[in-house]
Amino acid sequence: MNVTFTRTDELLSARLYGEIDHHTARDMRMLIDSEIEGTLPKSLILDFSGVQFMDSSGIGLILGRKRLVEALGGGLYIKNTKPHIRKIISLAGLDNLIISERSK
Amino acid sequence: MKYLNYFKMTIPALSRNESFARTAVSAFVSQLDPLVSQLSDIRASVSEAVTNCIVHAYDGKDEAGKITITAKINEDTAYIRIKDNGCGIEDIKQAMEPLFTTKPEEERTGLGFAVMESCADKVKVSSGKNKGTTVSLTFKIVKKEVL
Ligand SMILES: Nc1ncnc2c1ncn2[C@@H]1O[C@H](COP(=O)(O)OP(=O)(O)OP(=O)(O)O)[C@@H](O)[C@H]1O
Ligand SMILES: [Mg+2]
Repeated sequence: MNVTFTRTDELLSARLYGEIDHHTARDMRMLIDSEIEGTLPKSLILDFSGVQFMDSSGIGLILGRKRLVEALGGGLYIKNTKPHIRKIISLAGLDNLIISERSK
Repeated sequence: MKYLNYFKMTIPALSRNESFARTAVSAFVSQLDPLVSQLSDIRASVSEAVTNCIVHAYDGKDEAGKITITAKINEDTAYIRIKDNGCGIEDIKQAMEPLFTTKPEEERTGLGFAVMESCADKVKVSSGKNKGTTVSLTFKIVKKEVL
């Protein structure tokens, strides 16, 4: 399993594992979307602590889920990004989605 | 120019080869002892270029399409070339513009070339309509022991 979910009240947390590229993003997208549609969370947190690699396909994954939860009136946040993953996220101008563990 | 070492490989345009390609190139360049962060940059750049061959050059459906990857190194530089024989790019300048994508419906965001440009020291693209595409990436190696 490359995504695991935990849910508390209106907050859905999706922990991603492994490498995010065009090949793996499709499965992650389907898993996350069906969880969102089944639980209708107010906030979705993508936890990158288990992610070793990400390229621009990961940006597509983040933005697609962001659009989906926002359409449901919620918001998307990102946490636990390693430096090289943060670099890609910054390049996409998505730093503002990153939350630190404590400020949750 | 005489190189210290080189390799060349041809792989089919299968998405499962994205991981293989970036790992192979990174393993090859590792012999120069680059910083871990530079190896991450190399993996990301190769992943972008190879994914573009699969998604765009062969439109995600020509699994018989071939991708040829060449890497050459000397003491302080790595030259990596990713070549396809796919549809080619008509307007290279526009394609390299950040956020430009011809496939927004597949959750592409038009950031592949931007990632390559921010990671590599030099990115060169040669292409033309129906002429295939060659992406050449140059990395000036930052050695581990320097720091
Ligand atoms: N090898 C290629 N063959 C044909 N067209 C290409 C190739 N590489 C890139 N392109 C064209 O250049 C555009 C920009 O590429 P880029 O990698 O920057 O973004 P993308 O692939 O569309 O999105 P992302 O990489 O963010 O998922 C593509 O949408 C495509 O039209
Ligand atoms: Mg791309």
